[in-house]
Amino acid sequence: MPTKTLIEAIREGLADEMRRDEAIVVLGEDVGVKGGVFLATDGLHAEFGDDRVIDTPLTESMIVGVSIGASQNGLRPVAEIQFADFITPAFNQIVQEAARLRYRSNNAFGCPITIRAPFGGGVHGALYHSQSVEAFFTHVPGLKVVVPSTPYDAKGLLRSAIRDDDPVLFFEHKKMYRSVRGDVPDGDYTVPLGKAAIVHPGSQVSVIAYGLMAHYALEAADRMAEEGVSVEVVDLRTLRPLDKETVLDSVRRTGKCLIVYEDNRFGGYGAEVAAIVAEEAFDYLDGPVMRVAGPDVPAVPYNHVLEEWFMPNPDKIAGAVRRLAAY
Amino acid sequence: MVTERKVSALAGEYGLTDVDLLAMYRLVALARSIDERLWVLNRAGRIPFVISGQGHEGAQVGVTYPMRHGTDWLCPYYRSIAACMTAGMSARDIVTAQYATANDPSSGGRQMPGHYAHADYNILSVSSPVATQILHAAGIALAARIRHTDQVAMAYMGEGSSNQGDVHEALNFVGIHKLPMILIVENNGYAISVPASKESAVEDIAVRAAGYAMPGVVVDGTDVLACYRVAREAIERARAGEGGTLIEAKVTRLTAHSSDDQQTKYRSAEELEAEKARDPLPRFRAQLQDAGVLTDARLEAISADVATTVDEATQYAEAEPDPDPATATWWVYHEDGPADWIAPWKREHRAD
Repeated sequence: MPTKTLIEAIREGLADEMRRDEAIVVLGEDVGVKGGVFLATDGLHAEFGDDRVIDTPLTESMIVGVSIGASQNGLRPVAEIQFADFITPAFNQIVQEAARLRYRSNNAFGCPITIRAPFGGGVHGALYHSQSVEAFFTHVPGLKVVVPSTPYDAKGLLRSAIRDDDPVLFFEHKKMYRSVRGDVPDGDYTVPLGKAAIVHPGSQVSVIAYGLMAHYALEAADRMAEEGVSVEVVDLRTLRPLDKETVLDSVRRTGKCLIVYEDNRFGGYGAEVAAIVAEEAFDYLDGPVMRVAGPDVPAVPYNHVLEEWFMPNPDKIAGAVRRLAAY
Repeated sequence: MVTERKVSALAGEYGLTDVDLLAMYRLVALARSIDERLWVLNRAGRIPFVISGQGHEGAQVGVTYPMRHGTDWLCPYYRSIAACMTAGMSARDIVTAQYATANDPSSGGRQMPGHYAHADYNILSVSSPVATQILHAAGIALAARIRHTDQVAMAYMGEGSSNQGDVHEALNFVGIHKLPMILIVENNGYAISVPASKESAVEDIAVRAAGYAMPGVVVDGTDVLACYRVAREAIERARAGEGGTLIEAKVTRLTAHSSDDQQTKYRSAEELEAEKARDPLPRFRAQLQDAGVLTDARLEAISADVATTVDEATQYAEAEPDPDPATATWWVYHEDGPADWIAPWKREHRAD
């Protein structure tokens, strides 16, 4: 099976889907001849041309709003927001329009669009090229939110996102674009939305994570194994709809739950997971539901010392697992 | 009603027939009559809220009439009763939205009145944040161009909405790609209470079209046929691949912003009295009477038909059931709700 980077898997997923369905168009800033600032769309313009690979002005609200409109009239747009940090001008279109269109029209209109955006820190991106924005959107019924952590999942989940009849936000951790490699089959396969994966079985502590944090959780699990602590790592893959059953099954077996996310701790996505575990697995818990998350400063500072201070990492995760295992 | 394709001098001047002129008059009169009924129902405690299009009907019927209904797309706004009816929505469709009945085609009783939509007529559902729909129209027009469907998208909004950033982003994109989109700005001079002088640095919103390399046209929105003519020309340009048009129709707002607004607080009695002279309905009526198209007998017939239609729609909506709370969780996502579900409004015959 060929080994690919995450960005290669995403690029292939886009190209394969565009070959399969001519209703799919890609639009965003620099997605055309340049192929995107991270080269996620490299080669698509050459293969599919101006009509299907559309360079837009620097207008994020337009990128999403036009995608919504185009999806009403027979297209299946895949929008790229160049950095997740810049998605906020499109917040109104995503939250008020894309998310609510089906519900507010009593199913007369749907919104089959995919919005891809690179997110996350650890890349010297500072405040405005490092943000994790998933919690803004996982809060909103009507949106689906996906965060892949392996090339295999990235391609399979992207296909599912594009084929889905509802708006899907597809957040790609940019530190993983070229640092993460994995097996990606050539054929047409999909990974279903809404299904988590147990990526490291264990018996004493459940670590719930997604994106880059799933990799750091695996590193922490290996380290803790050397200390005799058996850690189970659950990679959520889709944040909304959340695969509650896989999370709760794991926690009911281990009795201990640590949630890891890179976003600010307060009100972050992990807070919802913690609430669900507390409500629905309380009788099985042998310790507090704990979190490792980004600190509550507005965003990731630039200087590398400050950035390292901000970012969750395998050390911090292992430390929390150690504390939790001691209960 | 006349059925022969008679062409009076007036109709001929606009490339229409007398049947068209009478149909347009009926739409203006019917939209007005429904609107007036809504205020009565609101004051009688039957419906909680009204947002009105009175004063805008002539412009809406005029610009919407030349569209290919059911093929072209409308992205309306909350005053678009007459536009939506011109595109195909019935009196029942409009009035069930006020009662928020289960079979209201706009939203199944989920949205406030004024958020008209109808999938059969390509009238896209709208939200309350203003001007978002202009980008949807641009996207619809993009898809029309890419798919070579020969469709036109028409978006409607007030001049208050014209200051939103989404309008700039939409028109810029339409201008770059010469997309078949037409933006109708219904300028009634007020954004709720704020007068145009405090909304915009320019008197005519249409001049902004120059920044998007498209024609900007100011038209008297009380002149139905003038509105028809500029829209037909814009539609022809759009279908010919020559791009979008910004049409600014100067209209008057004959009512308060909504049933929750008291416009005498910010508009003088003299101004309100003077504005009545800019009512498109009597103007259009007199124009058609002068042209010999609207005879006394035809006027009487149309008026009687309008009255009956409004009464019937009101009685119909009054008797229609509310949505079942058990359905309130349906259609957050496409997987929700029964697989074999058919929207209530599709199941029933809808009288005009």
